[in-house]
Amino acid sequence: MLKELTIKITGEAGQGMQTVGLNLCRLFKKCGFHIFASQDYMSRIRGGNNFFQLRIANIPVYALKKHSDIIVVLDKPSIGIHKETLNAGGVMLIDKKKFNITEENSFLDIPMYDIAKNLGNEIFINSVAYGSIASLADVEAGLVAQVIREAFSGKSEDIVTKNAAAASAGYEFVKNEIKKENFYIRAESKKETMLINGNEAIALGAVRAGCKFYSGYPMTPSTSIMNEMSGYSKQFNIVVEQAEDEIAAINMAIGASFAGARSMTATSGGGFCLMVEGVSLSAMTETPIVVVDAQRPAPATGFPTRTEQSDLLFVLRAGHGEFAKACFSPGTPEEAFHLTVHAFNLAEKYQIPVFILTDQHLADSYRDIEMFNQDAARVERSIISKESSKEIAGYKRYELTDNGISRRAIPSWINDVIYADSDEHNEEGHITEDASVRIKMVGKRLHKKMEGLIKEVIKPNAFNVEKAQTILVGFGSTYGVIREVCEAYPDKFGFIHLPQVYPLPVESITALLKGKTKVFTVENNSTAQLAKLIRLESGININNSILKFDGRPFDFDYLIEELNKEQVK
Amino acid sequence: MNINDFKSNDEVTWCPGCGDFGILTALKRSLVALGKEPKDILLVSGIGQAAKLPHYIKCNCFNGLHGRALPPAVGAKIANRSLTVIVTTGDGDCYGEGGNHFIHNIRRNADITVIVHNNQIYGLTKGQASPTTDAGFITKVQTEGVMLESLHPLELAISLGCGFVARGYSSDIEHLSWLILEGINHKGFSLIDVLQPCVSFNKKNTYEWYSKRVYKVNEDKNYNTADKLSAYKKAAEWGEKIPIGIIYKEEKPSYEEKTGLNSLEALVEENIENIDIKPLLQGFI
Repeated sequence: MLKELTIKITGEAGQGMQTVGLNLCRLFKKCGFHIFASQDYMSRIRGGNNFFQLRIANIPVYALKKHSDIIVVLDKPSIGIHKETLNAGGVMLIDKKKFNITEENSFLDIPMYDIAKNLGNEIFINSVAYGSIASLADVEAGLVAQVIREAFSGKSEDIVTKNAAAASAGYEFVKNEIKKENFYIRAESKKETMLINGNEAIALGAVRAGCKFYSGYPMTPSTSIMNEMSGYSKQFNIVVEQAEDEIAAINMAIGASFAGARSMTATSGGGFCLMVEGVSLSAMTETPIVVVDAQRPAPATGFPTRTEQSDLLFVLRAGHGEFAKACFSPGTPEEAFHLTVHAFNLAEKYQIPVFILTDQHLADSYRDIEMFNQDAARVERSIISKESSKEIAGYKRYELTDNGISRRAIPSWINDVIYADSDEHNEEGHITEDASVRIKMVGKRLHKKMEGLIKEVIKPNAFNVEKAQTILVGFGSTYGVIREVCEAYPDKFGFIHLPQVYPLPVESITALLKGKTKVFTVENNSTAQLAKLIRLESGININNSILKFDGRPFDFDYLIEELNKEQVK
Repeated sequence: MNINDFKSNDEVTWCPGCGDFGILTALKRSLVALGKEPKDILLVSGIGQAAKLPHYIKCNCFNGLHGRALPPAVGAKIANRSLTVIVTTGDGDCYGEGGNHFIHNIRRNADITVIVHNNQIYGLTKGQASPTTDAGFITKVQTEGVMLESLHPLELAISLGCGFVARGYSSDIEHLSWLILEGINHKGFSLIDVLQPCVSFNKKNTYEWYSKRVYKVNEDKNYNTADKLSAYKKAAEWGEKIPIGIIYKEEKPSYEEKTGLNSLEALVEENIENIDIKPLLQGFI
């Protein structure tokens, strides 16, 4: 019996590969499998080539494999594009009649288009494909129907019925005509888990953290955070406002935060460029703000729908001048959720901009994970409560303190007024050009706050570091692939993954890397930005890096191949 | 409330004789008439001479970035709709650097009042043309005279559907403070463009120049502030005669009404300590 199965659904934009893919994810999750799924899509609404890839297994999976066991092709060009990625022994499912194909034995011919047309619309090829795959993997027919009914539950009865009929027809066709048993797979355990991607996890974190105001401008791959937040807005009284541009988005969020509402914005690199002055404003006025940068390949418009980790040094340098900040780089949906809540708490505590650095790969990849434990993600408030506000007199917004943090009052709650200014200011918040005040304010805003931030920095995820000869170091979305490689070859590899890249956990990194001579960073960029950051902050030289900057995420096999090449060198 | 309740101890750094002083006095008077406590009023500004005003009055103040007065003002209003939010901005700040926010916040129609100190020149950077500088005006940068068409904020605002479009004159303090109060009481985005002489860098549009030209639209009893077409014509008047007063007024649903914020308690008042997201997690099973 198979231990795992990789399935790919490919076709042109608009054919609904994501619908098939997500329905399969739900189905296999219901069966009790672990899932990792990712989508590869072009920056267009119709045409081109898109695919959805899912990996199902009896053990938790965190990354993609290069080759697929089953590839469903919904259009003819997909055959040529994806043929090379078929596993030995794998099959391609295709409607041979539709695409006039007579040769090729590795094809499994399924009359998807005829079945769909009989039901009245070609779009039902989706559900035929879904049913066919389910049948190949020997999933129980009842579950197949149940998932499709749930997936289309918001639609009309006609749509539900026809999709169910399409799935069933695909299922029965494979069962009766193909009779192939080599993809049968059985799940070993059943547990209630969530199927979630990085952006969905961030949105849930924001709701839990008490985010009351979200302003943003749509930009792939961040947009689904805004969509998710909008979905929650009525139920949780969250205002989601589509701003006229990213400059407005961050400035609105800062205004709402100044008034006392926890606020967030999300964008990708290009939009973040516009937000940069706002980052500086947040720092100077000491107004908390959480900013998500879901990275994509750049410069300029780059690859709008693909992945890269090339904004790392940009985000850490963003904003003119010197000020305290923090930056998180979650590697999984679990980290994305918990770090989002933490980001809100930390931003409020230190009254600073806090970044959540993700990328398209984390944003759009789905994994089955244990239900979030909301009790482990608690809101910690750092404002003068409404009750205590009544006692406040002689309030100074920027009062100098030992830790650099001034008590933060909410306008209208205290009887005093509050002055906040982007100019250099005195403790009251009025504009000043006094040299000695300037020195004290820099000390407060930057040095004292950084001392505190460094003390509560999140330690790296470390695995097998003591035993392994070679240590892989990464941040953000490469967590999954690094982990799988290290778990597959524990005698060879260990890893250090950083969920927080600023302040950098220098002490932990130094301790972990002590005496290690073979160290590689694994990064989705072309200049080894993480290695540079580590050198800058800690003085540690990591001279080897496995870099990928083709806009595509690492897969398990690619990383192994690259590491092998390096070992041979 | 009396005028001393709004007294700030911060040193005023405007040039002696600046038109901004008139606006400051007018604003204080309208706030006295409004009757709200300083703690319940928020002044938001960007950068420029006008943007310094919030420091010279005792109210909450958020003095942000150049061109960016409107976004934080609207953000703050959304977060706490009980605040009276007033923006003090200039022609460069609001119509130049912040032009996009001006356009879209009129569309958004949050209940804020925007006072634009329009001196038709860049004061803080010492005399370059602003979007409202008359064509042909010579500056250190525009050495052969301004070649761009000047921007007409009132016509622009009317065309965008702004529900309260007014023009004041900084020397007519009584009229201006009335206008500001009317603007504050209007539900939605209120624009008050204020003619304001710059004694240091604008030697054309002086006190004398304006005083000869301005007249009040409500002197004509037949002037109908609800008639959009005649308002548009009135707004376009510029030259020998310059109208001041409420040029156009239309009651329309504010952002707070459209979004339903008005029927909720202010967002900042919500308890966020332990928001239960368990029901949401069920959607991911």
